[in-house]
Amino acid sequence: MKILVAVKRVIDYNVQIRVKEDNSGIVTDNVKMSTNPPDDNAIEEAVKIKEAGKATEVVAVSVGEEKAQETVRKALAVGADRGILVKADGIIEPLAVSKILQKIVEKEKPDLVFMGKQAIDDDCNQTGQMLAALLNWPQATFASKIEVKEKSLEVTREVDEGLETIEVNVPAIVTCDLRLNEPRYASLPNIMKAKKKPIEQINAADLGIDTKPRIDQIKVEEPPKRKAGIKVASVEELVQKLKNEAKVI
Amino acid sequence: MPILLIAEHDNKEVRPFTLNAISAASQINEDVNVLVIGSNSEEVAKSISQVPNVKKVIHVNNSIYENYLAENYTSVIVKLSDGYSHIVCSANTFGKNLMPRVAALLDVSQVSDITKVLSEDTFQRPIYAGNAFATVKSNDKIKCVTIRPTSFDPAPTSGGSAEIQNSDAGEATEISRFIKKEEIKSDRPELGTARVVVSGGRGMQSGENFKLITAVADKLNAAIGASRAAVDAGYITNDHQVGQTGKVVVPDLYIAVGISGAIQHLAGMKESKVIVAINKDGEAPIFSVADYGLEADLFEALPKFLEELNKLNTIQK
Repeated sequence: MKILVAVKRVIDYNVQIRVKEDNSGIVTDNVKMSTNPPDDNAIEEAVKIKEAGKATEVVAVSVGEEKAQETVRKALAVGADRGILVKADGIIEPLAVSKILQKIVEKEKPDLVFMGKQAIDDDCNQTGQMLAALLNWPQATFASKIEVKEKSLEVTREVDEGLETIEVNVPAIVTCDLRLNEPRYASLPNIMKAKKKPIEQINAADLGIDTKPRIDQIKVEEPPKRKAGIKVASVEELVQKLKNEAKVI
Repeated sequence: MPILLIAEHDNKEVRPFTLNAISAASQINEDVNVLVIGSNSEEVAKSISQVPNVKKVIHVNNSIYENYLAENYTSVIVKLSDGYSHIVCSANTFGKNLMPRVAALLDVSQVSDITKVLSEDTFQRPIYAGNAFATVKSNDKIKCVTIRPTSFDPAPTSGGSAEIQNSDAGEATEISRFIKKEEIKSDRPELGTARVVVSGGRGMQSGENFKLITAVADKLNAAIGASRAAVDAGYITNDHQVGQTGKVVVPDLYIAVGISGAIQHLAGMKESKVIVAINKDGEAPIFSVADYGLEADLFEALPKFLEELNKLNTIQK
């Protein structure tokens, strides 16, 4: 079985983002970038399945600017066998990403495609489901447990009411929740080894996919600031404030 | 052209966020049609027909829809999408799972998780865990939109009498199967709609200690929330998680206990009307969003808080 894992380069989750002064977007120059956190879970799960002898190859793919190569390289350092970078500049909407991934799937013919359930930059939560639709494959979204069976997967999904279990035929798309596993750190020898693993570079335009955004981003603003609160000295004062000032109890 | 809204339900009752989505949809266009896809779901169709904002209910009733699978729902929605300007549903795990599958088949770039309707094609939505808001304009012929339920009031549930029209089922999917759902039933208000939420974090130190939270929540008729750290540590189940990847809550009163306030947690609660933080670390980021901060050991403060609440006789239910 072959697993394709899609990874995205995003602003590191610990960075406090800043809105550009002209409200055209978010400042990304000189900001620390990392792999989208649930994409790390997706890679980890694929590598674990391979280590358990149930997969033969793990291929990491990213869509983005040249520097997204670092994100692919990081996936190679934690166990992916080879990488693919599809180069495209600017905002690439999930619909375009899923069309690009569809082309990669047609070429690579994986049995499973894993990715994070949501990217923490645009918070869209679309790409996996869209790719599943375009391929007419089943989708198991928000996965917190994956059991590989002979020709199917049994997946536990994190849903609002609790946990749901579904079975999907292979080939399938799985989008991963942070609770799926604990991603490993890359060891120094593996980082060195990853430098020798191949990364194929493809231009999105050569795949015949139009990546021009369909949605106009009119402006980006900071959220309204909360007015500064106060510190209370005691529980008694807190209860009095909630009752007499905030009037919420 | 009318709007097609996809209802979430359990074949007996409408799930509450559908009502918030109906409110948002009526801000886009008053001609809202609601699609109920279910099995033995007549009661659901009937109750939605009584929502005054709804102009028509389309009911697809077939045993293949006993359990919700995105693959099954999508084929029906795509089939019925002709003649609609928008397809909308709530941006909870139901709608997040469903809408992109529909949008891709219609070749539409979806607008996710809107918090404001500015016009029929322009919306505001949070990005970067709510640390910024983007104003976006959709240019697709059909607009696929999911709605952040807590940003819109629920639509009233009585007074309407919309026509119920039956429609044919789509093909049953063979590529995925529902196995089971482990639902956690509780007598408490739902986390997403509760007036008061009391949440515990890593500072609770154990699942056993959550009984301190439970006691306060009982007194205030509140829902119980948790940070991701508390869920990951096994103190409490995942359905309580508040944050960027959990639930977004906007109660009148949010009480964060032993929660440091990671960006991802703040994303799920910082729009609450009044925020209280109880934490022994005075430098914890949670204090930067709290209206009232109490720097104290929670194991002393919570019992004392309950004692003080018990002295009041005016607690709102």
